[in-house]
Parts: sequence; C-alpha cells; structure tokens
Amino acid sequence: MTGHVLAVSLIPARSQMGATLGFHIIFACFGIAMPAVVLVAHWRGLRRRDAVSLLLARRWSKVMAVLFAVGAVSGTVLSYELGLLWPKLMGIYGPAFGIPFSAEAIWFFVEAIFTAIYLYGWRRLPAWLHWWTGVPLVISGILGAFSVVAANSWMNQPSGFTLDHGRITHVDPWAVIFNKATPYEVPHMILAAYMVTGFTIAGVYAVGFLRGRRDRYHRLGFTYPFATAAVCAPIQVVFGDFVARAVEAQQPLKFAAMELVARTHAGVTEWIGGIYWQGKVYFGIGIPDFDSLLVGYSPHQKVIGWDSAPPSLRAPLPDLIHLSFDLMVGLGMLLLVLSAWQAWFALFRRRLLMTRWFLLPAAVAGLAAIVAMEAGWIVTEVGRQPWVVYGYLLTKDAVTPSAGVPVTLAVVLCLYAVLTAVVIGVPWMMGRRWRREDPARDGQDLASGPPPEMAETPELR
Amino acid sequence: MAAGTPSWEAITVAIALVAAMAAYALFAGADFGGGIWDLLAGSSARGQRARDAIDASVTPVWEGNQVWIVLGLVLLWTGFPSAFAAISITLFVPLAASALGIVLRGVGFAFRHEAVRPASKRLTGALFASSSLLAPFFLGTAVGAVTTGGIPVPSPGLSTAAWTTPTALVTGALFVAACAFIGAVYLVGDASRRGHDDLVPYFGRRATITGAAAGILAAVNLARLRGSAPYVFGRLTGVALPLVVISVLAGGAAVTLILLRRQWLLRVSGALSVAAVLAAWGLAQYPYLFPTNLSVAAAAAPSASLLAEIVVIGMAAVLVVPSFAFLYWLQQHGRLEHDSASVQLRHAARVQDRPAEPAAGARPPRLLSAVIVVIAVISAVRERRGRHRAPG
Repeated sequence: MTGHVLAVSLIPARSQMGATLGFHIIFACFGIAMPAVVLVAHWRGLRRRDAVSLLLARRWSKVMAVLFAVGAVSGTVLSYELGLLWPKLMGIYGPAFGIPFSAEAIWFFVEAIFTAIYLYGWRRLPAWLHWWTGVPLVISGILGAFSVVAANSWMNQPSGFTLDHGRITHVDPWAVIFNKATPYEVPHMILAAYMVTGFTIAGVYAVGFLRGRRDRYHRLGFTYPFATAAVCAPIQVVFGDFVARAVEAQQPLKFAAMELVARTHAGVTEWIGGIYWQGKVYFGIGIPDFDSLLVGYSPHQKVIGWDSAPPSLRAPLPDLIHLSFDLMVGLGMLLLVLSAWQAWFALFRRRLLMTRWFLLPAAVAGLAAIVAMEAGWIVTEVGRQPWVVYGYLLTKDAVTPSAGVPVTLAVVLCLYAVLTAVVIGVPWMMGRRWRREDPARDGQDLASGPPPEMAETPELR
Repeated sequence: MAAGTPSWEAITVAIALVAAMAAYALFAGADFGGGIWDLLAGSSARGQRARDAIDASVTPVWEGNQVWIVLGLVLLWTGFPSAFAAISITLFVPLAASALGIVLRGVGFAFRHEAVRPASKRLTGALFASSSLLAPFFLGTAVGAVTTGGIPVPSPGLSTAAWTTPTALVTGALFVAACAFIGAVYLVGDASRRGHDDLVPYFGRRATITGAAAGILAAVNLARLRGSAPYVFGRLTGVALPLVVISVLAGGAAVTLILLRRQWLLRVSGALSVAAVLAAWGLAQYPYLFPTNLSVAAAAAPSASLLAEIVVIGMAAVLVVPSFAFLYWLQQHGRLEHDSASVQLRHAARVQDRPAEPAAGARPPRLLSAVIVVIAVISAVRERRGRHRAPG
C-alpha cells in the first residue's frame, strides 16, 4: 500500500521541487550578484558626481527589489516544500542538513531588511550612508549563497554525522558545513550568479545599442554589468575544470553519466555531444583518450563507468546529464570568447566594441548564461539521483506519502507562470516608463529648461 | 536525557521557536492585518486614503517581517526534525494553503506599484488582500491541530480531521482577528505620527472591533480547549494563567487607549496582548511539542545541532535585531520613501549624456605607435637585406 502511494507521489514531487528550484535559482542569482553591480555604478556616480551612473544605479535598485521580492517568496516556498515534499529527508537528516539552512535564514533577514533600506533610502538618507546600506546586500548575498549551496553540497557529499538505527545521534556542524563538495560547489555557483546577472543586464543595453541608442546612459549601462561578468568568465572556466575533476573523484557514477562512460576502462574517449544507445554513442564527436587525459593527465588513466553499480543505483537519463554538461561547458566557452573579444577592444583600443557581430550574441548572452547555469544544475541534481542524500537516502524513500502532490504541482506551475510574467513584465514596464521620462534619449529636446545643478540632486546629498 | 526533562539546549531552541512565531505574528501578522483592512476599505475612491496609508506602512518592512517564518521553519526542522516531518505530512493541506497565501502576497507587492491600469490594480489588490486572509487562517488551523493533539506520532498520515476540528477552525479565525487587530493598532500609531487626523479614528474603530472579536474568539477557544485539549487547558488556567491575564489586560489597555485617543504605549500594549497569548500557549504545551504525544525531549536533535541553532539565534540577536531596529527607526522617522528618480537627477544625466560618435580619424595612440614600429622594423630589415645583397 505504501509502496503504491510512494510511486504516486515521487514523480510529481520531483517535478514540483525541480520547477520551484529551477525557477528560484535564477532569482537567487540576481539576489546574490545584482547588489554588487548596482553599488559599482552608485559608487562611480557619487565619487565622480556622475549623474548617468547614479541614475542607472537608482533605476537598477528598483528592478533589484522586484527580483528580490519574487526570489524571497519562491525561497520561502522552497523551505515549506522541503517538509511538504520530502518529510523523511528532514525528519531523519534535519539535525545535519538543517544547519547550513539555519545560517541562511540570518542572511535572508539581512538581505530583506537592507534591500528595503537601500531601495527606499535614495532621497532622505545622506548619500554615502545610503551607499553603505547597500554593502550588507553584497555580503549577505555571498554568505547566503554559501549557506544554501553548502546544504546542497552536503546532499552530494554528506559528512559530519553518525547514524544509528535510522536516527542521527551525533553531529559535527563544521564537518556538515564544510563538507568535501563545499569548496568547489560554492564558488562555482557564486561565479555563475555573477555571470548570469552581469550578462543579463548587459544584454538589455546591448538590445538598446542594436536599436540605435548609443548614448552614455546605454554605454555605462552595458559596461558595468558586462565587465563584472567578463571578469568572472575566465575564472569560471578554469574553476569548472577543477570541479569536474573533483566530481570524478567523489561521485564517479555522476561523472560516468556526464561523460557517457559505460564501462570502467583506460583510454576513455571524450564525447562532445552524442547520445548513448545500447552500448554505443551516436551523433557525437569522439576524441580518443582525451577523457582519460582530462581526468588524470594521462591517456592510460582508468575512468570508472556506470557498470560499476547495479542499474537501480545508477544516475538516470545519462543522455540528459551528458548533454546538459556539454551545453554548460560549450556556453561557458562561448561566453568566455565574447568576454575576451570585448576586453581586447576595451583594453587595447580604449573603446567599447559596438559592431553588430558582437552585439547580437551579447544581447542573448544573459539567456545563454541562464541556460548554462540551469544545465549545470541539472548535472548536479539529476546526476545525484537516485540518491537524495548521496549514498545514504534514496529519493523515493524520502518523498511524502501525501497524495495531494499533483494538485500542488498544478498550482505551483500556474503560480510560477504568473511569477515569470511578473519578473519579465515589471522591469519591461519600468523600462518603458523610463524611456517616456527621458525623451532626450530618443533624440528629442536635449537640455531644454534651466541648467541643472548637481548639488541640488537629492540623491547626491 | 530522561523523557520529560529536556536538555537546556532543547528548551532554549523551543523558546526561540515560540519567540520566532511571536515575532512573525507581531510583524508579518500586522502586515497581513494591513492587507485585510485594504480588502475591507471599500470602493476605489472611498478607500484610497486608507489604502495609501496601509501601503506606506507595510511596503518597506513586509519582506523582512516575512523571514520570521523561515527562521521558525529552520529552527523546527533542525531542532525537532521528527516533529517537523510529522507536521508536514499531517498538515499538508493547511501548510500548502498558507504557503500559497505568502506567495500571492509577494506577487501582489512586486506588481502593485507597477500596475497602472485600474483593472490590473484591482486584480493585484485582490490577490494581496485574499492572501492576507489565507496565510493567517491556515497557520491558525495548523496551530490548533497541534494543540489538540491532532498529529499522530510516530506514524503520521495526511489528515483533514486534524485541522478541521472546531478548536482548530476557531484558532484560525482567532489568528485572522488578531492580525487585523494588531495591524489596525499599528496603523493608528502611523496615522497619528503622519498627522492624518481622519485616519486615527478610522483605524481606531477597526482596532476596537477586531480587538473585541479576538477577545471573544480567544474565550471561545479556551472554553473549547477544556474538552479538546485538557492538558493545555489545565496549564493555561494554571501555571500559564498570569500570561493569559497579562494578555487580557494589555488588550483591554490598548482598546482603552484608542478610545481615549492616547498614543502612549498603544503599540506596546497591543503587541503585548498578542505576544503574551503566544507565550502562554508555549508554556501550556510544556514539556510537549505535541501535547501529549511527543515531548520536547523525545523530539530534540543531538545537542551539537541544537548548539548550532543557539549560535544562529545569537547571530539573529546580534545582526538581525539591530538591522530591524535601524529599518523601523528610519521608517518611523519618515526617512524611507517610495518614489522615482528625482527630476534634478534625470536632468543632470541628460545634460552629461552626449551620444558618443567614435571619431573617424582618432585612432588610439597605442595601436598607431604599434603600426609605426612594425613598419619601421620591416623597412629597416628590408634595407639591411638590400644592402647585403647589393655588394654580392
């Protein structure tokens, strides 16, 4: 009877968790990284009395607040869902798994409070005090990401607890927080957050360039976020290589799915693309021995294949994991090329590259970064299956016995469709309103009226 | 650790859990109350002033206030994991409904200030208002279910009966009334601070009515607990009686202060009436989490996890409380404003903003010098080779 109920809930529960997390992770990125981008523009605006930078910071802060609000509710829903969907995960492993989450509650508080102060403080707070009220956002964003990703790392590399008859009897909180996967998962995610945020905002202004708006407002609006993301891109690519090697060492079955290694052997072919079907890889570009070379710097390096585990304990859908991994790596490389291209121009020619050939990919770079991040998340999470706590608890044993999950899944999907419309629609409407406010940007009446006094600007006091 | 005598760590985390719930009731609850008054403010024209006042009071703080429930959840699942799992399974429906309320609320806030058309304004207003009823009601039924021993342990199962008992439903209604009461009390204070003399009696009347309603519902609930939760009833009328009395006196004081048009200690007494009733409930449940199925001691996590939670509580005291104090201070002193970029700033930006036309002739000097150097080197090499060749 229970077995039947479990089977009923497992797929909808996993779908619901996947949908909410896949949605939340995008907004979490903006919560983590957007304050830094805004504060850079704000700092330049105050330091150089640059009204354009200041105006950008001011407007971005509003978008940031909307994205944070949506991220906050979807994050709250996630904390409910951990119990509603996976009660046995929390019931058994809560004493360990819950610890990094508890720290996250503090950073969530700090971020929520200072987002409000920063957003509503533009006019009535002294200018530099106001800037400093944004700094806790940057810090709490990074520490919050650390806490949540440390919890996820723990699911991949559980440590720091003693299990006795299905109950945790002893916990070492430091070993839980700093588990073996923390050192690579956390920086990888924070860098991804900065890339997603930077490329997405820059993309908005790249579209503006393509439509012929080439004023300083758009140039700065492009430069601050693009530079932020471009600095992260090479670090991320180098770091990603380290991550893959660590996964190979710690979760060989996940790595086997990522690289389509069916049986353990040496001289493993690296497949770029390709679909595994009954022992063979089709449609892929194979580079002989290269996978072994990447893993152990030698073509004779042995790589563990998924044949080392019984079928019930292998990661499902190796094709999905493999293609997601390739997609992430490929998009990461393309973003690196795009960043390097602009950097070359900015450093050696001292001007912004604004050809169509650059702007068209730059306009969709944000989307590419989001897709790459989601693909990476699929690799991490689907690759961890069938375990929810790797090596300890199977996902199917953690799911709720409640039969109501299909209903909540349907509600969640509808709601998140609305939320998606809000987070795309609200900034879009804001952008339209801002363009109405500033007719000069479309080439009409420039500087009519009395000459402005920067000192009278409330934002600068 | 004998059953029935919880460790000091477990007691500390349990107290913190009740404190987080009280903070959620006092802050987020007041925001829900504001939403309820928004819902009941009447037609667009008539209710505009009240709605604007509610908006100005709630908007800057609601997000931070909302996080108290996350703190409550993490304390519960780390400190008392089996209790959290049992609640999540048995009370799946009311918890999911309250989460829905919180999400709708968030959508309403994110969208509210950007919706310009009356139709979309009404839609978001309705979303916001309905969620303000959903969340407190269903959280109230969940608390009622816990109090009346509706959560079976150790083998919990999804149960509608647990949270639809008369006691649970009355608790849900009590939560709604308490939110409306505390929201109205704070709005009286805000209206008086802002000098909105018409809104002071407006919210004052509402606070009085809902205060009375909350008192009646609480009395009904207490009477019901006699039969549905005798253990809790015994302690509420025994060891926790002083807290119940404090709550009644504070509520009465708040209503009296409103009738006398005095602001002094109004918010404090309103808040005290809600906080004291939650404290009384917490004390009445002791030493049980689920009276009388599951004790604090039996549900407690290993001491290291509880210690980690105590560290988190300490961080909350050091980081979160001062931050909130700063936020509320700024809000109460009119330093937080919802507005757009100032005209002066937009104007200054417009003047600084000249379209950049990359000048055709102005090559960057570095590239130019590189080209000159390359040409010079090539010509020098050619000249040398030419010279070598010439004598031969």
